Amino acid sequence: MKSPILLIIQREFITRVRKKTFLLMTLLAPLLLAAVMIVPGLLASMPEDDKSIIVLDEPSILVPEEGTSQFSLEYLNPNEFDLETGKTFLRESDKDALLYIPSGNGWDPDFIKNNILLFGKEDIGIDLQRFVERQLEEKINQQKLIRQGVDPEVVAQTKTKVTIKSFTMGEEGNEETSATPLKMGLGYIAGILIYFFIFFYAVQVMRGVIEEKTSRIVEVIISSVRPRQLMMGKILGIGLVGVVQFLIWVILSGTIYVVVSTFIYPEIFAQQVPAGPGSPDLSTVDQTNLFSMLNSINFPVVLSGFVFYFFGGYFLYSALFAALGSAIDQEADSQQFMLPVTAPMIIAITTAMNVIQDPNGPLAFWMSMIPLTSPISMMIRLPFGVPIWQIALSALILVSTFFCVVALAGKIYRVGILMYGKKVTWKELYKWLKY
Amino acid sequence: MIRAKDVRKQYGNKVALANINLNIPSGSIYGLLGPNGAGKTSFIRIMNQITAPDSGVVLFDNEPLKPADIGRIGYLPEERGLYKKMKVGEQVLYLAKLKGLSSSEAKSRAKEWFVRLEMEDFWEKKVEDLSKGMAQKVQFVTTVLHKPALLIFDEPFTGFDPINTNLIKNEIKRLNQEGATVIFSTHRMESVEEICDHIGLINNGKVMVEGLLLDIRKHYMNGTYAFTTKEEQTFSGMDVLHRDLQHTGHTATIKSEAYPSALIQKLAKESQLLGFEEVLPRVSDIFIDIVNNGPKPMNS
Repeated sequence: MKSPILLIIQREFITRVRKKTFLLMTLLAPLLLAAVMIVPGLLASMPEDDKSIIVLDEPSILVPEEGTSQFSLEYLNPNEFDLETGKTFLRESDKDALLYIPSGNGWDPDFIKNNILLFGKEDIGIDLQRFVERQLEEKINQQKLIRQGVDPEVVAQTKTKVTIKSFTMGEEGNEETSATPLKMGLGYIAGILIYFFIFFYAVQVMRGVIEEKTSRIVEVIISSVRPRQLMMGKILGIGLVGVVQFLIWVILSGTIYVVVSTFIYPEIFAQQVPAGPGSPDLSTVDQTNLFSMLNSINFPVVLSGFVFYFFGGYFLYSALFAALGSAIDQEADSQQFMLPVTAPMIIAITTAMNVIQDPNGPLAFWMSMIPLTSPISMMIRLPFGVPIWQIALSALILVSTFFCVVALAGKIYRVGILMYGKKVTWKELYKWLKY
Repeated sequence: MIRAKDVRKQYGNKVALANINLNIPSGSIYGLLGPNGAGKTSFIRIMNQITAPDSGVVLFDNEPLKPADIGRIGYLPEERGLYKKMKVGEQVLYLAKLKGLSSSEAKSRAKEWFVRLEMEDFWEKKVEDLSKGMAQKVQFVTTVLHKPALLIFDEPFTGFDPINTNLIKNEIKRLNQEGATVIFSTHRMESVEEICDHIGLINNGKVMVEGLLLDIRKHYMNGTYAFTTKEEQTFSGMDVLHRDLQHTGHTATIKSEAYPSALIQKLAKESQLLGFEEVLPRVSDIFIDIVNNGPKPMNS
C-alpha cells in the first residue's frame, strides 16, 4: 500500500506526461528556443540587398566619394540636372534612390544640412538613410573645420579611445577580473527562467484544482485523503512534471545548439551572436579573459541559489494558485484574483534591469527580501556576489512565508473546493480562513 | 455503528448542526432525512472526516473517528463526478488505492464488479466518452469497491435513471444483507421509505425524531383509517381524504377523532364492511406534522 500523497503525485505526473500536448511542448520548445538563439546569427550573416544611389551634389560636398559595396554612389552633373530632371532620371533608370544636396546661397553648411532630400523608388531603409547621413555629417564637419582654420587631419589624430580593464577587489585582497556583462547575462537569464517556470506551472496547479472542482470529483477524493495532502500532492506532481520538462529542454536545446554551431553553420558561430534587444551585450567579453571571469563567479552559490529559488518560488506561488483555483468555479472567474497574485512577479521582472545596474542597492536589497519577488530578484543578484547573511535571510523569509501561505492556502482550499456556485470576493476568502 | 454525541458545527454565523445526537445501528439501512439545508451533508462530511465538528464527538464502533476509518467508509457525495480525461479502469484503481487497497486486490475486485454490472467494455474508455448512466455505474463501483463496513449515499437517486436506480437499490440491499451498514441521506423522503429500516429526521440542524421507521410511523398515527365497503358511503361528519373503487369494493381513507371501534360500529350499520385498517402515516407527513406541531413525546 502506497501513501496517498505518493499516489496523488504519481497520478498528477503520469496523466500530464502522457498527454500529447506535453510531448509536443517538450519537443517544440527547444526547437523554438534554439531558433531564437540561431536565427539572429543567421540573419546577421545574410548578405543584404545592394543599393545604388544617384547623387545630385550641387555644392560638391560628397564628390568623389564612391560609397561602399552595399551602397554605391554615382553623381549627376549639376550643370545638366536639377531636382525635377533628377527625379525623372531616377524613375527611368534602374537606380534605387536619389540624394539631392542643394547649394543654397553661398555655401552655408547650416542651410545645406537642413535641406538635403532623399528620394527612393521604394521605402528608404533605415540602413541606407543612416549611411547617407553619416557620410554627409563627416563631410560637412570637415568643411566646417576648414572654414574655422583647423586641419581635419589634426582633429583625426587627436581622437582618443579609452579602454578600461576593471577588477573586483576580493575580500582576501586578491584582485579578480570584473565580469560584469557575464554576470548580468547569467543573472538575467536565470531570473527569467524562474519567472517562466513559476508562471507556467503554478497556473497549471490552479487549472488542476479547478478541473477537480468542476468535474465534481474532489469530494470523493477528500473522503479518502486530507485536503492538504491533495493540494501538496498536486503541487509536487506538477512540479515534477516541470522539472522533467525543464531538464529535457536544457538537454535538447543544448544538443541542438552544439550540433548547429559545430557542424552546420560553424562560420556564423565563430563570430559572436549579436545580443537581442534589451539583453546585456556580451560581445565585449574577451575570449582570453573568459576563464578568469568565470572564476570570479561563485558557481556553487549561483547554482544552489538557482535550484532553491526555482523551487521556493514555484512552491510559494503554486500554493497561492491552488487556493485561488479552489475559490472559483471556472477559469474565466480567475481574472480578478490573478492580477494581485501575479503583480509581485511582474514587478520583479520589470525591475530586473534596475537590480542588475545596482545589484547591491536598496531596491535590489528589498526586492530580494520580499518573498514574492525574491525568487527572481535575488537570483538576478546572485552572480554579482551577495553577502551570505542576505542570502540566508532571504531564504529564511521565503521558507517561512511558504509555510504560512501553505497553512492559509490550505484553509481556503479546504473550504473552497466544496463551495459551488458562489461568486467569491476577497472578504469571503478572509471569512473562510476562520471556518 | 455510528453514534454522534452533541455534535456541533457552525459556518460563520450559520449553525449547521446544533448539538445533535444520532445513533445509527450496525447492519441497518438508515435514512437521514430532512429538507435541503437541514444539516445532512454537514453531518456526512464530519463522518467522512472532511470537516471536523466544532464540539462533540462521533463514535465509529464505539471509538472516536480516526483517519484509518476512512478505509472502512464508502461515500457517494451529492456533488459527484470523475476525472473526465482519465480512463475508467485507471480511475477506479486510483480511487481504490487511495482507500488503501493494493493494486492487485483493487484490480481483481474491480473486474468482478464490472462483470456483475455488465460494464466490462468500459474499462479502456475515457469517462468523457461514457453516457451519464454508465458513469453512474462507475461511480457506484468506486464507492463500494473497498468493501466498506459503512456506506454513505448523499442524495443517491438524483440524476440516476430508473433502471440504474433499481439496479443500485438492489445492489445496496445485497451489500446490506452481507453486513454493510447503509446511510441514505435525502430530502426526497418518499424515495427511501420502502428501503430504510431506521430513520433520523433533521431540520435546521436539529434532530426531530430518530429510531425504527416502523415505530415512528406507529407513533405518529393520527386517526387516519382505510375502509372497504360494499356500497359507496357518505361518511357523514367525517373528514374524507381519498376515495376509490377497487375490485374489493369501495375504498375510502378518512380522518376522525373518534375511536376505531365506534367508527366500525357506525359504518357497519350503514353498509357491509369488507375491510378496515388504521393507516400508517408517511414520513413526509410525519415531517410536516413535526414542523407544524413539534415532536410527540415517545412515552405518550
